[in-house]
Formats: sequence, structure tokens, C-alpha cells
Amino acid sequence: MSNITTQSLTSLVDNIKNKELSSEEVTKAFIDRSEKSKELNSYISEDFSNAIDKARRFDQNPNFDLKLPGIPMAVKDLFCTENVRTTAGSKILENFVPTYESTVTQNIWNEGAILLGKLNCDEFAMGSSNETSYYGNVQNPIDKGLVPGGSSGGSAAAVSGQLTPITIGTDTGGSIRQPASFTGTVGLKPTYGSCSRYGIVAFASSLDQAGPMAQNVKDCALLQEVISTYDKKDSTSIDFKRNEYSKELNKDIRGKKIGIPKEYRVDGMPKEIEDLWQKGIQYAKDCGAEIIDISLPNTSYALPTYYIVAPAEASSNLARYDGVKYGFRAKGENLIDMYEKTRSEGFGAEVQRRIMIGTYVLSSGYYDAYYLKAQKVRKLIKNDFDEAYKQVDAILTPSTPSSAFKIGEKKDDPVSMYLNDIFTVPVNLAGLPGISIPAGHDAAGYPLGLQIIGKAFKEQEILDVAYAMEEKIDFKNKITDWWIK
Amino acid sequence: MTKDKSEYLIERYNNVYEVVIGLEVHAQVTSNSKLFSSSSTKFGAEPNTQVSLVDAAFPGMLPVINEFCVKQAIKTGIGLKAQINKRSVFDRKNYFYADLPQGYQISQFKYPIVGEGKVVLDMPNGQKEVGIERLHLEQDAGKSIHDIDPQNTLVDLNRSGVALMEIVSKPDLRSPDEVSAYIKKLRSIMRYLGTCDGNMQEGSLRADVNVSVRLKDSTELGTRCEIKNVNSIKFMQMAIDYEANRQVDLIEEGKSIDQETRLFDTKKNETRSMRSKEDAHDYRYFPDPDLLPLEVNDEFIDNLKKDIPELPDDKKKRFIDEFKVSPYEATILVSDIDTAKYFEEVVAKMGKNKDIKLAVNWITGELFAVLNNKNLEISQSPISAKNLAKLVNLIKNGTISGKIAKTIFELMMDGDKDPQIIVEEKGLKQESDPKALEALIDKIIDDNREKAIEYKNGKEKLFGFFVGQAMKVSGGKANPQLINEILKKKL
Repeated sequence: MSNITTQSLTSLVDNIKNKELSSEEVTKAFIDRSEKSKELNSYISEDFSNAIDKARRFDQNPNFDLKLPGIPMAVKDLFCTENVRTTAGSKILENFVPTYESTVTQNIWNEGAILLGKLNCDEFAMGSSNETSYYGNVQNPIDKGLVPGGSSGGSAAAVSGQLTPITIGTDTGGSIRQPASFTGTVGLKPTYGSCSRYGIVAFASSLDQAGPMAQNVKDCALLQEVISTYDKKDSTSIDFKRNEYSKELNKDIRGKKIGIPKEYRVDGMPKEIEDLWQKGIQYAKDCGAEIIDISLPNTSYALPTYYIVAPAEASSNLARYDGVKYGFRAKGENLIDMYEKTRSEGFGAEVQRRIMIGTYVLSSGYYDAYYLKAQKVRKLIKNDFDEAYKQVDAILTPSTPSSAFKIGEKKDDPVSMYLNDIFTVPVNLAGLPGISIPAGHDAAGYPLGLQIIGKAFKEQEILDVAYAMEEKIDFKNKITDWWIK
Repeated sequence: MTKDKSEYLIERYNNVYEVVIGLEVHAQVTSNSKLFSSSSTKFGAEPNTQVSLVDAAFPGMLPVINEFCVKQAIKTGIGLKAQINKRSVFDRKNYFYADLPQGYQISQFKYPIVGEGKVVLDMPNGQKEVGIERLHLEQDAGKSIHDIDPQNTLVDLNRSGVALMEIVSKPDLRSPDEVSAYIKKLRSIMRYLGTCDGNMQEGSLRADVNVSVRLKDSTELGTRCEIKNVNSIKFMQMAIDYEANRQVDLIEEGKSIDQETRLFDTKKNETRSMRSKEDAHDYRYFPDPDLLPLEVNDEFIDNLKKDIPELPDDKKKRFIDEFKVSPYEATILVSDIDTAKYFEEVVAKMGKNKDIKLAVNWITGELFAVLNNKNLEISQSPISAKNLAKLVNLIKNGTISGKIAKTIFELMMDGDKDPQIIVEEKGLKQESDPKALEALIDKIIDDNREKAIEYKNGKEKLFGFFVGQAMKVSGGKANPQLINEILKKKL
């Protein structure tokens, strides 16, 4: 079979179960394509030879009852993987090899999947273009010189470029959905507390959430089913009844009430985004859903709120990278000097910026005006959604205010960069699930995504809406393999 | 101005100052594992052998609250007659130090698990109530060791993450003696509860001492200085004495006191500035997003209340009521849970015809002297409560005299010997046969005719001489009461 890497996860699983394909064949096909795709710079660390060994072992003693039998898979380099270097895209963890495995990746291996390697991302997941990675830019498979989005840019590029059949990312303010939108793929940010944070390098603990990224909604649902478990090792993990998302997937969304929040019609939003949204509304109607105009009045405060809460938590979470115990250490005259040099040389500019913002907003005299106020606004934003959900089952918005931009275009303009997350950030602040599905192209032929936001713990509901709309949209990603010589 | 002798006041010329002290006690929670990880808390292990990935703050590691430590804190709160807060919040206290792996300490800032309570002190001039402001749970840091390697500081993370209770008093203490009594009482309560072993040598109990001075009868508080991390009662007392006098001197010189953090130098017996208020850390406290607010319900608290043993104050009251011991004796007996246990066991083993007063004397007299001499805890007593009870009974029922009892007591210490057996083996039984004693006394009077006559002629002091002779001749075994009676009759 020559077209292994173009297959969906679901068909690869079927082919392995039917013995049409071996795990080794599949694994080698993705490795082969990954080897030819160095120019995308999707990987930070490869683990190919181990992957082939594992695939062979699987084939010798296969277990077809597993959900991901012998499926190779690369993961974002924010997940700690036992004995495989984990950098979080940072110099400060350049040589860090965990002795432990994150719960989410462990769940994946437990279902028979095989690690291909670790995927590039913005440093400590702080970025919207993958340009803050110490390990270099990632190219968007859609076009040369285009960012894949971020922070899960390597993950989105790897799925879109077919270097891995599926992957996992993390989403703190849009880091799964925005790159999914930029690369024409599907990305789900689950409800906060759905996927364990144990073993994921922390950015902003109250917002971070792991989630699946895939080529289609069904694959996404299957991976969500695998990674979402209650975990006692994470005190914020929630013990709720989890669906068998892929099995229960249902296209029939007739009568579902879908809200359209007027506040998401932001100033300066390109017409093509507005058009896409209108098209999305029509698709939803075509699926039999009922469209209801709603209001989320505090939406405009979401971005400033996010850029207080997230850096505040990050400034504290990143204090542990001090050169004392592990990771990079610069030589210093004394302890303070060592700290300063280690952290100045070990962290990139964006991470340092956010540590400084976070330190500032938590400082005495500023705490009430910034952090405390942000927490109050966060509650108001959550209340907005609670109110809206009295009327509707899900909310439909664009995923991003624009399509993918050029590498370097926004690098020196952090505020313009931050605006990328304007539609995704409120979802994290409210702890809700949100999914981005590809829904069209802009004038340049670059993909555009729509976001469906659900009620807490109702991943099934938004997966169903996405599944139904996906069929109507019938999106085709335009991957030309431009990077393969 | 009348001055109570027990008051601790500092006088300079015409001014009399009183000292105002508040304590922040750090008490290590008795628990096999740490506050947010399952690592062992055993004291004295090889460096860095009791460190989990959480304690060393590896990337992606998350804290999970140890329910047992929460129970211990609530029990302590109940012991302090304090408000138990059903909802409390863990905050991060951010600062950089080599032995603080996370770069922050998880503590409770705004919403502690225990609120206001009180501790009653037994002072020589009566009881004194000291207010408790709050009790909160927090993690201990690791230990930086500067004196092993000449070039490097070494870090031992065994303590990192160990659960501490910070118990903050109100500024109700007025003297080094009150501070001593307060620490002892706090330790006593926690040992009764089994929530902190109170071992100051091992660092299980240490305190930050806040000291300020003011003119006596003033109601305003002076500027305070905080003396950090003092780890013995004696040092606390010395530090307060030095610091209070230093502050008074400054005021007398017309200078002002800077609010600052100070260290007590135990070698020089003085406090030294560590950092001023301006240099104080900005800890950037905020709620730890890795932990949900800690919520407990009434049932949880009520179940813990059922586990609370009789505490020192109640025990003291009962000892006075039930055993008719004096308040002074009761205070001594209940101050340490093991002493109280020992005493109650002695009382129980003495059976029906018991002399509690005598037992108390033996415990607080001979036994304490021995323990003190040998530097032993009462739990390590060479004489068991059972055998001490037997000894007291032997005195009570006239089998042996008090004097012989002291000899037997010495012999008992060799392997906790049964006093009854010693009496039999050594033939130390008291001679209480009146006929035998009469014969003995007849012979003594006969041998000392002249003295007998002198006695009869009014030299009553000689009575003691005859008693002494009787004891000497009998090898100390003669029943002193009978000797007295017979002598009176015969002389």
C-alpha cells in the first residue's frame, strides 16, 4: 500500500486489525515521510529506531483489542516521555530526559500506540506561531514560509503534512485550535479537568489542557476517548462519566440549538472570516440545527484577562527552572548570579516577557488591580457562557480572526500576535470544551477554521456537531508536498 | 506604680517598659509521608534519599494533598479550641532559593485551615490565656549545607515538602517565662494529640519570635522586630531578653526602632539585623492553581473530634477532682502525656487500698530525679509503673519503711525488678511484730540506762536517740510507728 500516510487513523486501525497492514509497515511509512520532511522542522526529537522495534514487537504479539493497535504517533514536546528527551521547546530543558511518563501519553501507549518522536512547539507553549521555539520555526505544510500557528505548531504541521496519523497538543489559550485552523486539521480542547495534566510541562495550570489533533472529527473523537481519564495524580482532574466518543459519534444534530455570539464580530475582522462564519451558520442549519443569536457581553475583556492570569501562573510555574536541579545551568559568581545568567540564557524573549508580566501583576500593590480583578472578570466570562447555555447547546464562532500568516510577520509585535487567540481564549478561561474544524479557504487558498464551543463535559455534543458539519463542509486540504524534493 | 514580682518589666530611669511578644511556631506534622507527596519523612536518613519527583519539582509534577496531614491540622485546631475553617485555600509563596525546588512554597495565606483559638498557661501567679490567631498548613523547604564543601553549597531535599503547621499567636505574651510556658503547653497539647512530636533537637518545633516594647500601661503596640527561626526555648528566652533591652535602649536614646527581620546569634547571645522592611521579600502570594480549595464537612470534623483524647487542661481538672492531688502536682503530672499515662497506670495498678499522695511524691521525687540524672524520658523509665505501684503499696501496707523503700528503689532500677521479690530476697521486710520489737526496745533501754533516766527527767530530745538505736539495731527494718508507740510506753 503506497498511500499509508494519507489514510485516516480510523482506516489505519481497521487495516492493522484486518492484517492488511502491519504496524511495522505503517510505522516505517510515517518515518519515511518524516525523514523526507525535515524542512518542516516538525520534530525536536526523533525516536524512529525505537519506534520500528516497538512496531515489530507489536506485530509479533499483536493485540487487536486495543484502540490504537500498533499505530505510530508523534506527540508535542510538552509531554514528558520516559527516557525520551523532553524540551518544551526551550533551551533550558535542552538535555532533559524524564524518568517518568505523562498520564496522557501513558494512556496512549496503553492502547497500543507507538512513539515516533517529540514535536516542535513554542517555548513552554507560549506563542501563536511556533516562532518562539528554541529549536526553530516550523513550516506550515500549506505553503512555504507560512507559520503553522502555535503553540502546538509542530503537532499541527505533522498531522497536516502526514508525518503522524494523529497527535496530541496542549491548549492554554488556543494552542490546539488555532494551529488546527491554520493547517486545515481538526483540534479539540477538552473541558478543563478532562485530561490529566500530570507529566505535562506546565504553562498556566488553571488553563492548560491536553487534547487530540487529527485529520478528521472521528479520529479526533477516538483519540479523545483514549486520553481522557480521571487521574488521582492531578488534583484538578475531574471524575465524570466519559463517553466512548468515537463509538457514540452521531451525525444527527437536528433540533440542536446553536448560538451565535454577536460580540465575536470584532472590529477589523477580515470579510472572509465573516463570510466563513455565515457559511458555517448555513451548514449548521443544513444539518437541521436551530440558530439562535446570543450575547457573551464580557468577551472583549477575555484577552486582557488571559494575559494577566496566564503569565501570573507561568511566572510561578517556571520558577523551578533555576539551574539548580536539572536542565541548563550557566556559571555564576554566586547563587543569584547563577540564577540570573541561567534564566537569561536559558529562556527566550517571549518567555522572559511573560515571566516579567506575571511577576508584575502578582506584586504587592498591583495584585488587586491586576490579578484579583482578572480573576473576577474570569468569573464574569464564565457566567456569560452559563447564561448562554440556558438557551443553546453549543456555540459557533470562527476559530481565528485570520488565516495563517507569514513567518516573521508578527514576530516583533506581541500584541498583534496575542490577538490571534481572541476567539479561543474565552473558552479556556471558562474551562469549556472547544473544537476547531476546517471549514473553507481564504483568497490565498489557506485554510480557515470554525470553532464549536460546548458545555462543560459535553465533548460528545460538540464532536457530534463537528461530525455533522464536517460532512456538509466536505473540506479538502490542499497539501502539495512542496517541501519534498 | 505597684510592681508585681512576677512581671517582666524593663526599667530605665523613670521609665518602665513592658515587652509584647507574639510567636509563629512551626510544628512538623507527625505523618509518615509529606504534605503533597508520598515520600517518607523519617528523620536522619542519608541526604536526598527521601525525595520524590514532586518534592524535587520536576517538570509536570503536581501536588496531591495528603489527607492525613489535613486531619492532623484539624485535630490540632480542635486541641487549641479553635475555629475550624471548612474551606481553606493553598497559596504559593514565591521566592528563589537553592533549597526551594519549586521556586515557591505551598502555604495558606488568606484562608487558613484553622482560625482563632486559645491556649491556657499555668503561671506561678495564676492562669493566663493566650490567643491563637490562626494555624495553617505549609511545606517545609530543603536544607542548604554550606560547611561540607569549601567551593559549593550542598542541598538536601529530604525535608522538602514535609508538612508543617504554622501556629500564630496573638501578641499576648509578656515575658520570656510566658513564652517558655506557651511553647511547653503547645507542645504538650500536640503530643497529647499525636500531631507533632515537639522534638526541638530534630527541628520538629521552631519559632519566629515577634518582639516589641512599650511603656507599661500604654495600649499602643510598638514597632516589632521578628527574630527568625529560633529552635530552643532557652534561645527564645535569651533572644527576647536581648532584643527587648536593645529596643528599650534605642527608645531611651531617642532613636526609633526599624521594623525588620533579625537573627539570634547563639554564640554571642545577641540579635542581628537580617533584612530591613524595605528589603523584605515580595512573596507574590496567589492561590495555587494546581490545588482546589480544601473543603471539609461537619461529618469529617465530627469524626476527628471523636478521636481527640483527654487534653492537659481537662486531665488536670480530673486529676484534682478524682485523685485529690494539688493543682500544682496536677500541672506537673499532665504537662507531658507520658507522665500522665505513667501516673494513671501507677494509680490503676495500686488497686483498692491506694495512697495516691504517696505515689505522686515518688513519681515527682525519686523517679523524676533518676530520669533527670540519666537524661531519660519517662517512657524510657527503668522502673515500670506496675513496679512503682507495688513499691508504694509495700510502704502503704507497712511491709517496708520509707527508708528501706529508697534502698529497694535503687535495686529496682537494675532491670525493672519486682520490689516484692527484692524484699523477700534481701530480707528487707519491716519488723512489725510488737513482741519482737518490745524485746528489742527492752534491750536498748537496758543498754542505755543513763540516757533513759535523763529522758525521764525531762530531756525529751533523747527520744530520737532511742528511735535511731532501734532502727540501727533492726537494720532499718523496724516499723517506725510501732517503735514510737512502744518507746513512749516503755520509757
